[in-house]
Amino acid sequence: MSGSAEETKKHIDIYMKVAGALAVLTVVTVLASYIDVAVPLAIIIALIIATAKGSLVVSYFMHLVDEKSRTLAIALALTVFFWLVLMLVPIMTTSDTYGVHKPLPNANAAHAEDEAH
Amino acid sequence: MENVTTAEHVSQAAHDGHAHDEHELSFLRAYVFSVDHKVIGIQYAITAMFFLLFGFSLMMVMRWQLAYPGAPIPFIGNFLGQANAPGGIMLPEFYNQLGAMHGTIMVFMGVVPLAVGGFGNYVLPLQIGAPDMAFPRLNMASYWAFFLGGVVMFASFFVPGGAANSGWTSYAPLSVIALEGQTWWLVGMIFLITSSLLGSINFIVTTFQLRAPGLSFTRLPFFVWAQLVTSFLLLLAFPPLEVAGILQLMDRVAETSFFMPSGLVTTEGPLDISGGGSPLLWQHLFWFLAHPEVYVLILPAMGIVAEILANNTRKPLWGYRVLVASVIFLGFMSFIVWAHHMFLTGMGTTMSAFFQTTTMIISVPSVVILSAFFITLYGGSIRYNVPMLFALAFLPMFGIGGLTGLPLGLSAPDLHLHDTYYVIGHFHYVVAPGTIFALFAGLYYWYPKATGRVMNEALGKIHFWGSLISINVVFMPMFITGLVGVNRRLYDGGMQYAHAQEVMEWNAVMSYGAWALGFFQIFFIINFFWSIRNGKKVDDNPWRATTLEWQAPSPPPHGNFTAPPEAHRGPYEYSVPGAPNDYSMQGQATRA
Amino acid sequence: MDIPYTVAERPDTGLNNVKLGIWLFLASEVMLFGGLFSTYVILRVGGVDWPLGAEYLNIPIGAFNTAVLIGSSVTMVMCFASLKLGDFAKYKTYMGVTILLALTFLVVKFFEYYEKVTHDHLPSHSTFLAIYWTMTGLHGLHIVGGVIVNGYFWGPGSKLWHEKREMFENRIEAAGLYWHFVDLVWIFLFPVLYLL
Repeated sequence: MSGSAEETKKHIDIYMKVAGALAVLTVVTVLASYIDVAVPLAIIIALIIATAKGSLVVSYFMHLVDEKSRTLAIALALTVFFWLVLMLVPIMTTSDTYGVHKPLPNANAAHAEDEAH
Repeated sequence: MENVTTAEHVSQAAHDGHAHDEHELSFLRAYVFSVDHKVIGIQYAITAMFFLLFGFSLMMVMRWQLAYPGAPIPFIGNFLGQANAPGGIMLPEFYNQLGAMHGTIMVFMGVVPLAVGGFGNYVLPLQIGAPDMAFPRLNMASYWAFFLGGVVMFASFFVPGGAANSGWTSYAPLSVIALEGQTWWLVGMIFLITSSLLGSINFIVTTFQLRAPGLSFTRLPFFVWAQLVTSFLLLLAFPPLEVAGILQLMDRVAETSFFMPSGLVTTEGPLDISGGGSPLLWQHLFWFLAHPEVYVLILPAMGIVAEILANNTRKPLWGYRVLVASVIFLGFMSFIVWAHHMFLTGMGTTMSAFFQTTTMIISVPSVVILSAFFITLYGGSIRYNVPMLFALAFLPMFGIGGLTGLPLGLSAPDLHLHDTYYVIGHFHYVVAPGTIFALFAGLYYWYPKATGRVMNEALGKIHFWGSLISINVVFMPMFITGLVGVNRRLYDGGMQYAHAQEVMEWNAVMSYGAWALGFFQIFFIINFFWSIRNGKKVDDNPWRATTLEWQAPSPPPHGNFTAPPEAHRGPYEYSVPGAPNDYSMQGQATRA
Repeated sequence: MDIPYTVAERPDTGLNNVKLGIWLFLASEVMLFGGLFSTYVILRVGGVDWPLGAEYLNIPIGAFNTAVLIGSSVTMVMCFASLKLGDFAKYKTYMGVTILLALTFLVVKFFEYYEKVTHDHLPSHSTFLAIYWTMTGLHGLHIVGGVIVNGYFWGPGSKLWHEKREMFENRIEAAGLYWHFVDLVWIFLFPVLYLL
């Protein structure tokens, strides 16, 4: 990102707006957590807000909107893809056992079961 | 007195920002804490070769126990320590240590540092016409992190209870309740991973940014492509293992239960842990790295073989674009096949089918690459020098390793073959007579660039033929014992199992093979050190090769090239019709 | 021969060495924290029972620290903008504030940890606390690393501004990218650990 002083001043303007948006979203996410909704919905709300904040940081503070480099775009796209693989695939391999709680034949397991109920 | 003058030079050099002349640097700065990619490459190569020898020696000791279970080990038995081998007879615990450390050392401290750290550091900047790596100091840090990791691993043999003994895969929960050696293993791994990360960033930046003018991506030598893809694998696959290492360290040190399920009972009764962890999580994080790691092992080897095949058939590499596409696809796919190591974990059938499919798909580019190499041979005027012999041997050996892997990638046959000697045979064919032969080829091939002399041809041929025959004696019988169902981790080689009885005699045969293999490496070691001073002197381009590194003086000075290089054509222009020579160098404006 | 493109952009990649290097480093960091978040998901989904973050953690303190870190990100980006405007004095101020905010974060984090230790809420207590300690601890180490780097560029490293202006700008940009990334991780850590 190289530009004239005027351009930089414009950027500073944007930074301030982004900072404001981040502050508002932080307050919103905290308040949202006090609303009594089902856990899955709460997770979705919190992650949407976090993603919005994250995108703002990456796009403006890290200047990704101004980057024109194809090399960088490919490298980051690859990273995001493999990150998704890492996040999703391991959990999918255990999908057969969701919600199935098998009691184990020893003392600790009985203890765990008590806690679950 | 000399110390004083050199110290002055150092301060002066540091003051100038960097030194232009090599003789301005002290011995310490020039050969130990050097930032020159060539010195670092050689440091990597020598250290890695030492570890390869050490890791192989562990195996030669284990092979005695497998060949003659319970017999005292000759010669060295009494030096192994009473805790490990009382009266020279190896204890099972010690056998497990040797097994775990053999795998760890060979993969993380031998092959990868030699293939990526050694060859990558030395050859890659030369091949792209760069003066050095993009971040020389980071490069040095990478080597020393590797060195420290190696020291930690090495030292772990001397802690109470000995080195890690939970296999190179360190499967939880066994590894979590293992003795102190495992903690050292984890700390060592964190150093090695850090080293690889620093190195991979450096390789990628160097390849993208420091290519000489005219050296577009379609003109890059295949070796550079292979290194580039390898670096991406290291960059993106290693961090999850670092996480796994940190979590296991937490499990061991802070008594967390990341990998510890509820209700775990050992011989000492129920464990006092909070539980709720997942042992399978370790396997996911481990294999998320370790499967791409397989390609980290093989891709640089393919790169080396490609260079040598083109050079010694005096033909362009067949299907350059197809090769590049295959290697990129291979790298990409290697991230989504890892759970084929985990078919026996009770993974759901849907995901099992998914990973079987991706595994079958990933075999396609490997076959494409191997086929392209074979077609390159067709109609060539082949020179059978030592590097070429090793490169030629790579092709069928890697082929055997690759094809025997297919049954393991399908869950039905894998149920029978999993954890048998068949698996050992399979991946050793890929890595030992495959990758390590390619690395030997590379050592013989680039030795004249680093020293200005060639290695002795006769000793090299003894080394090659001896190694080729004995290495097959070691690994071919493993397919036989594996198909019978002999488990890979048995301390006595399967003596106590009825189904193993008919193949027990192979154990001794394999051991003789391993010791013979060790014997033939002596020829290489002698050759390697003897040739530094006494090898035949050669000019800058003894193999009459085309790529840019052969344009630099041998050995290349600090900054590599006498004049800034520029690429005028593709990397493999051999036997161009109408050209005056049978090779047209990349860096020469007119064909000469 | 000097190493090319240490400061200038290489025309065909549109990047200089430092910028590509730091982005690649951040890519590996994405995979590092990705592995941790993946661990969190697997353990939580597979767990028999999982506490609400608020049972162990103090949301207002977490929210305060979030604000502190976002604030430091803003001052960090202002450091770079000040250099672009050629205002070295302003740069010094903003960098100083960035470091102070980072230290504030660490002090608050220290008291949070201290409170956990006194209540015997150690990592070995439960899987939730184990992942809380590991993730925030690793993030905290990243903050410490950032403080060291920023401290260097605030103090002795800032001499470079007077010698090689562009190179210094370059380094502050790289340090900034790292710092924003650390902030970014916290933006996800806060809701995941405290709110859910």
